Amino acid sequence: MTDPRALYHATIVAHDREPHHHGPLRAATNEATIDNPLCGDQVTIRLQIVDATIVAAAFEGRGCSLSRAAASMLTERAIGSTIEEMRAFATRVEQFVHSEPDAAIPHALGELEALAGVRAFKSRRVCACLPFRALVAALETG
Amino acid sequence: MRVHGHRLAYLDSAATALRPRAVIDAMTRACTHDAGNPSRSVHALAEAATEVVETTRREVARFLGGVPDEIIFTSGTTASLNLVAQTWARANVARNDVVIVSELEHHSNLVPWQMICAEKGAELRIAPIDDTGHLDLARISFDRARLVAIAHVSNVAGTISPIAELARRAHAVGAVLVVDGAQAVAHLPIDVASLGCDFYAFSAHKLYGPTGTGILWGRASILDAMPPWQGGGGMIATVGDTTSTYREVPARFEAGTPNVIGIAGLGAAIRFTSTFDAHADQARAHAGLVAAICAAGGRILGEPELAVVAFELPRVHPHDIATLADGEGVALRSGHHCAAPLHRRFAALASSRVSIGCYTGDDDVAQFADALQKIREVFP
Repeated sequence: MTDPRALYHATIVAHDREPHHHGPLRAATNEATIDNPLCGDQVTIRLQIVDATIVAAAFEGRGCSLSRAAASMLTERAIGSTIEEMRAFATRVEQFVHSEPDAAIPHALGELEALAGVRAFKSRRVCACLPFRALVAALETG
Repeated sequence: MRVHGHRLAYLDSAATALRPRAVIDAMTRACTHDAGNPSRSVHALAEAATEVVETTRREVARFLGGVPDEIIFTSGTTASLNLVAQTWARANVARNDVVIVSELEHHSNLVPWQMICAEKGAELRIAPIDDTGHLDLARISFDRARLVAIAHVSNVAGTISPIAELARRAHAVGAVLVVDGAQAVAHLPIDVASLGCDFYAFSAHKLYGPTGTGILWGRASILDAMPPWQGGGGMIATVGDTTSTYREVPARFEAGTPNVIGIAGLGAAIRFTSTFDAHADQARAHAGLVAAICAAGGRILGEPELAVVAFELPRVHPHDIATLADGEGVALRSGHHCAAPLHRRFAALASSRVSIGCYTGDDDVAQFADALQKIREVFP
């Protein structure tokens, strides 16, 4: 069994401590909130979309270090991307998080590679995926 | 047993207690020898199964201070509470009546009452607690109350509710008192006669017994007047083509083949717990856990008296605490522990919880204290 401390990659701890794009987004055009009823965690993703491109993104909510760090990295990544790019990216991250712990890490995940450790902890995978599910739901709104 | 290369410090007995060999052996014997269908077939294996069920019924009655005919086997505390909601409450709670629960309640002693109140147009009144996690008796109004449902011991605050006082006040307005004993049975001696309640529910698996097995004790005079809940084999007196009549209590409430294996385990668990004084033996471990949390700078929810200690560590989410503690061989619980209203009351989104059993010792407490220090290294 993997040492749980492998979960807490320096990148994750740093994003949890000082998350990017954390707070409200007044100009939001799209917004969705997802709950994890098992633990009570909740994340809201807000997006400002202009001509199918995400020009601003922010998150709020309550969650563990994994979900906060994932939301921080996700919003960072979303800004400047198109709707279609982020929809595909969310699918790729979801597949990555649910892959075998020793599977090859897909290309172009950037900082989100830091979530690799969660693959060995099935009960925590949902924590990392929560913001991505909120993003996909937010893309359907607006 | 080793977990992630460490000795196991099991501090999650409030979720489910570990089972002693005697319980496992009793369940094995129920599979290998007492393997028939009780109270139905007449051969030796069925007679043996009937003996397991009825012997355990007598043991549970002694354990609670009731009589055997007042003991109903269920699948757990949740099923026991739902049985009361779907039978007694459905027949006796009317529009504008009041059902009282408290801020302490586990969802299993809240949601069934929300459901029946919605169905009946009754009011669900939430009794407040104080900052120590104790019921605030002075602020509870029993006006129009028809049923009061309260946890004997809180699964988060670790506080004991004044059941006898609640029973007096409930009975004074003609209400019945339902007690959720899930967290109490492993830690307090139970005597329903002196508690004065009308129903008492618990689960075997919090008492070193198996999952999927529980008890509802009900006062005989009340049970006798209650309609059945689930229909099926074993609960009928006569069956016509379009209508049936029902058996006496407790058979009326035990439709279907009972969980003989689980019941055998429950009987063994009760015999096991009679060999030690749970409350006295566990006070030292409880105090040790409180001290370890305080030493790590944690905030304890309420002022726990026994069984459980729920806490927060500044800047560390309970899930991260649980995962890192697991890496040190320490099993503890994180989340809202099926008590979301209580967490709102304490302004906590979630918490971590350590809980003790008869096997919890100084070495477990020390391992927990070390784990908290290591968590602090990851999240300084």
